[in-house]
Amino acid sequence: MDLASAKMIGAGIACIALVGAGIGIGNVFAALINSLARNPAAQVTPFAFLGFALAEATGLFGLAIAFLILFVF
Amino acid sequence: MATENPLNQFVIERLIPIHIGGVDASFTNAALLMTLAVVVVTGFIMLTMRNAALVPNRWQSVTEMFYEFVADMVETNAGHGSAPYFPFIFTLFAFILLGNLLGLIPYSYTFTGQIIVTFALAITVFIGVTIIGIVRHGFHFLRLFVPQGVPIVLLVLLVPIEILSYCIRPFTLSIRLFANMMAGHTMLAIFAGFVAVLGIAGVLPLAVDVALVLLELLVAVLQAYVFAILATLYLADALHLH
Repeated sequence: MDLASAKMIGAGIACIALVGAGIGIGNVFAALINSLARNPAAQVTPFAFLGFALAEATGLFGLAIAFLILFVF
Repeated sequence: MATENPLNQFVIERLIPIHIGGVDASFTNAALLMTLAVVVVTGFIMLTMRNAALVPNRWQSVTEMFYEFVADMVETNAGHGSAPYFPFIFTLFAFILLGNLLGLIPYSYTFTGQIIVTFALAITVFIGVTIIGIVRHGFHFLRLFVPQGVPIVLLVLLVPIEILSYCIRPFTLSIRLFANMMAGHTMLAIFAGFVAVLGIAGVLPLAVDVALVLLELLVAVLQAYVFAILATLYLADALHLH
């Protein structure tokens, strides 16, 4: 296997990290909708967005690695 | 690949070359944007608060809402004794927020997309918080690493984990901001690269880019907030030792 194709495969594998981020963000907003449907007065939206940012960041670690593999090395 | 390398937007260019001894202290585009961020936020606050009245006008209330938002965040998360550290958190928040937002302007430069910038900010927070903890609690500061109400047998396992999770804080804090900015702006550049190549169908990636700019706007504000709130939480740990 030559280097170019190995890089492409590596970048693809690195993007699998986004699966976890997708599940995490889905969980965050599912919980937000749940809690707001049960108690519309709940002040939880800021925490939901904090959770969204933290969950999204973990996926972006993988995406950043994919970009670095593709465009830097 | 026909398009330009999407990571070229992060290249540092020397605008005014300055060499002191063997040290390259040139004024770069990153330095320009950092200066701009400081000037913009300082200028905005000074201009809007110049004729401060008891009943604020629109501009003054923008500054007051921003101030109260951060003050509220520090007060609720770090509790009493956190007031002396509020200016630092506020400055940190404003600097990163302006860095992220100015970076979204086309042809400008995102200095928060440089790992060394975010790492310098994060390690400053880490060292400062550790010193505050040691000064306030002395030897008792080590209790931070010992969870309460845990059997002795488990402590052997948990204490190294706590110490490790404390030590990787500056890395996670800096990489979170850096990766968000880097990945977001690279994604914008990649989709922008498709526009010219696809001809008339290039409207589609253009539409995606418009949507992504909105997402990036959200992420820019959110990541500045996350950085500030995590710095506050670390400070709260050092002040009150959970």
